[in-house]
Amino acid sequence: MVEFNLPANSKINKNGTRHTAASDAKNVRSFQVYRYDPDSGENPRLDTYEVDMDDCGPMVLDALIKIKSEIDPTITFRRSCREGICGSCAMNIDGTNTLACTMACDDVKGEVKIYPLPHLEVIKDLVGDLTNFYAQYASIKPWLVADSPAPPDGERLQTEDERRLIDGLYECILCACCSTSCPSYWWNSDRYLGPAVLLQAYRWLIDSRDESQGERLDQLEDPFRLYRCHTIMNCTNTCPKSLNPAKAIAEIKKMMVQRQV
Amino acid sequence: MAAGNRPLSPHLQVYRWQITMAMSILHRMTGVGLALGLLLLTWWLAAAASGPEYFDLVHAIMGSWIGRLILLGFTGSLFFHLCNGIRHLLWDVGLGFEIETMERTAYLVGFVTVLLTLGTFLVGYSGG
Repeated sequence: MVEFNLPANSKINKNGTRHTAASDAKNVRSFQVYRYDPDSGENPRLDTYEVDMDDCGPMVLDALIKIKSEIDPTITFRRSCREGICGSCAMNIDGTNTLACTMACDDVKGEVKIYPLPHLEVIKDLVGDLTNFYAQYASIKPWLVADSPAPPDGERLQTEDERRLIDGLYECILCACCSTSCPSYWWNSDRYLGPAVLLQAYRWLIDSRDESQGERLDQLEDPFRLYRCHTIMNCTNTCPKSLNPAKAIAEIKKMMVQRQV
Repeated sequence: MAAGNRPLSPHLQVYRWQITMAMSILHRMTGVGLALGLLLLTWWLAAAASGPEYFDLVHAIMGSWIGRLILLGFTGSLFFHLCNGIRHLLWDVGLGFEIETMERTAYLVGFVTVLLTLGTFLVGYSGG
C-alpha cells in the first residue's frame, strides 16, 4: 500500500554519535551511516564517522570495512566478494542503490550518506530483510524446465543467436538494487514481483532450451505480478551491472500481447 | 530476535530524484488533473445548456485570473499527458529504453509541453 511517511518506529534520529578522525589526519571524509540496533529497541539513528582517506581504499566498502575494524566494530553490513559479483554489499549510497564495493568514494560529493536498501524491514544497521525477494525469485522457477529429455551424449545446445538472447540478462547478480529502487515495488512488494525477479523471469522465457514459456507467461499474467511496472525507470538507472530490467519487463509485456494475436 | 518491531528502511525520504522518476509521477498527477479538468468542462457545458444567466456566471469565474490559472494548468496537463503518453506508447513496442534516450525524450516532452501550452494561450488571447 502507498504510505509515503515512515512508521513511528522507523523515524530516524538524526543526532547519532560522531566519531572524529585523529587530529593529524589530512584527508578526512565523513560517512553518515544508518544504524539500527534490534537489541536496544530504540529508533534508527545516523552515526557519522570521519575517515582518513590517505589510509583507506578507494571504494565505499573499503571505508565501511575500515570503520568496522578500526572505529566501531558494532557496525553491521553484508559483504563478500568485494569486486561486484556477489551482490552482498548492495545499499543506498548518496541517494541511489548500488554496490558499496564498486562505488568509489570520489564519485560522491560531500558527506557520504549510507542507508540500507530502501523500503525493507531492517534486521540490523545496513542489513535489510530479503526473504520476500528470494521467495519471489523462487516463484518464477529460475531453472530450465523441459519435458523432452536432454541428448544422451551431451548438453542441450543453442545456436550463437539463441545464446545471444540472454546477454544482458544472465549477468544479473540478484543484488536487489533495482527492486528496492522501484516505487511500485515499495508500495506493492507483497504482490508485484519487481524488476530483478521479472528480469530473471524474462531470462528463462527467452531461453531457447526452455519448454515452459506458456506456463511461465500464465504465471505472470496478473495485474500485480507483472503489470505494476509503470516504466518509472529507477531500476535501469540504478543497476550496478548496467543491465536494463525495464526493457526486460517491456519485452515480457510484448510477449503477452504477441501470444494473444 | 525482535522481528515484530523491525523498522522500515527509508525510501522516498532518501532516494535521489531523477528526471525519469519525476516524469512518471507527473504523468500520474496530470492524469488526475485531466479528470478534474473534464469535470470543469462538463460544468461549463451544462451551464451553457441551462441558460444565459448561469452561463455568464460560470464564464465570469473561468475568465477571472484564478479561472485562467486553472485553465492554464488544465491545458498544461493535457499536453504533458499527451506527449508523455506517446513516450509510453513507444515503450509498449519496446523502444526508447536506453537511459540516454529516456532522458532525452523526457526533456523533449517538457519542452514540447511548455511550447504547446503557451502556444495555445497565445492563440486564445490573440483571438480575443
